[in-house]
Amino acid sequence: MTSSLPVPLREPDRASAPAPAPAAAPARRRRRSPRTAAWLFAGPTAVLFTAFFAYPLAASLYQSLTARRDGVDVFVGLDQYRRMLHDPAFLHSLANTGLILAVQVPVMIGLALVLAVLLNQSWLRFRAGWRAVFFLPAITTLVAYAVVFQVLLRTDGGLADQLLQALGAGPVDWLNSPTWARISLIGSVTWRWTGYNAVILLAGLQAIGRDQYEAAALDGAGTARTYSGVILPQLRPVVLFCVITSTIGTLQLFDENYVLTRGGPGDATLTPVVYLYKVGFQQLDFGYAAAIAWVVVLIIAAVSLLQFRLYGRERRR
Amino acid sequence: MSPRPATRPGRATRPGPAFGRAAVLAVLTLGAVLSLVPFAWMLIASTHSSSELFHSPPPFLPGGELLRNLAHLQETIGFGRVMLNSLGIAAVHTALSALLSAMCGYGLAKYRFRGRGLLLGVVLATMMIPLQVLLVPLFQMMASLGWIDSYQAVILPFLANSFGILLMRQGFLDFPDELLESARIDGAGELRTFYQVVLPCVRPQLGALVIFTFMGQWNSFIWPLLMLNTQENYTVPVALNTLTGLSHVDYSGLMLGSLLATLPLMLLFLLFQRQFVAGLLGGALKG
Repeated sequence: MTSSLPVPLREPDRASAPAPAPAAAPARRRRRSPRTAAWLFAGPTAVLFTAFFAYPLAASLYQSLTARRDGVDVFVGLDQYRRMLHDPAFLHSLANTGLILAVQVPVMIGLALVLAVLLNQSWLRFRAGWRAVFFLPAITTLVAYAVVFQVLLRTDGGLADQLLQALGAGPVDWLNSPTWARISLIGSVTWRWTGYNAVILLAGLQAIGRDQYEAAALDGAGTARTYSGVILPQLRPVVLFCVITSTIGTLQLFDENYVLTRGGPGDATLTPVVYLYKVGFQQLDFGYAAAIAWVVVLIIAAVSLLQFRLYGRERRR
Repeated sequence: MSPRPATRPGRATRPGPAFGRAAVLAVLTLGAVLSLVPFAWMLIASTHSSSELFHSPPPFLPGGELLRNLAHLQETIGFGRVMLNSLGIAAVHTALSALLSAMCGYGLAKYRFRGRGLLLGVVLATMMIPLQVLLVPLFQMMASLGWIDSYQAVILPFLANSFGILLMRQGFLDFPDELLESARIDGAGELRTFYQVVLPCVRPQLGALVIFTFMGQWNSFIWPLLMLNTQENYTVPVALNTLTGLSHVDYSGLMLGSLLATLPLMLLFLLFQRQFVAGLLGGALKG
């Protein structure tokens, strides 16, 4: 058992060698108990999770109960958590997240659903090509995405602005006015993830047997009736899956607003995760950052528990 | 899985009226244009000089500055080296991570052992924990190991991949136990059974996992940003980020760099679209 750990690391080379004789396996291994073998497979991952997940997680939990006073960390109980209740920046970040959840997620899922249904039309040609085009934004490197949107939305001479002026509309301060910055953020998140969700929904639609479409058609239902009455109700679990992943993604929103606006102007596009990043790595207030992180974790856990229960109920129907 | 042949030929719900089809195509085309405009702009911008980008009207056709921009990119951030770093880190990370995910997924799917429930719980929990919770303690850990500015600091902490483990576990659950038994009776050890009998059967899931892991590591930004601090070790996103911080931002260089950072993933996606989509659905349809 003690000698078993290095084995999995060597084994791939042996496996790729041309057809080794089965008899070459040492007899010892044949009789290794299943329990030992299980740890051979799961052990390396368990070690990694302990070192790089469980330990830092515990460390950050402890850190959230401390504050740095005169250069030393002292235990302060739940003070950091109480601090959040009166911290306008944190409260703004929660309100912004609520706004994005209420506006962006429904709009995006709705658009994705429309795209998926259109892409599912049986007469449509080059379906894989369309799908690739809509999926492309989701695989763009974050920094590339940020750079492109910064250039597009630049106030003096950005493409979006020039387009508006050509149409006779006034200049819009895309990233520096609170309202427009929020709209820009919602727009760019939607740009990046709508196609991704549409591709998932399309696959869900394709998993529904063609005979169902035919049965509905035989009953005299048009395309619209077929979808609203027969197909979409069956798609509910997949829609719910998209809602759940989008909700968790929104609660963890960091990339988009960090690179586009750094959470600004003011706190207009601040989210809890961007805020904790600023508190931790710019103000070096590790205790407070850890406490914010844990509140985010609790919110995500509560919301996803709720949604997973819905999901489970949905799948059992 | 696939519908009975008899139901296939008539898959169209009766041919829709031409008007309906035109409307569908119009909406799809509009969506495609919105999806592609930023990429087209990236392409055009990377062939012009920075000062031309913000002219009115902006350039609509490619210009002749591509090579000059490329040379400038190489000069300022050593772009060739940076691309190689990204490629190497992503390749090593992907190979190790996919192997570990497959092994762990197999262990969880096919063995009962003490601690299995706990491990599965941890795997699920990591999916809910935002990375940012771990950043500070992990950073301090890497600092005390003296690993700051090293490749292993970028690669090692995120090798264990919950999504991959669950995806592989799902694939292994469908694998019939009888086949495992007969392999054992034939005298194959547990590891040999795994690599020679079981693993080839989950090639689709493994393919999807490899692509996803590579993409994730190639795009990874925050952690390499915290870990790497000399230019010769930078990955592409970190190097591009340093360009955005300069007092005089070279936008066309940035656009070219962004384009080159995106191209490998586009290529990967176009080549392996099927596996990609299968991987996405790992959670949605089978759950």
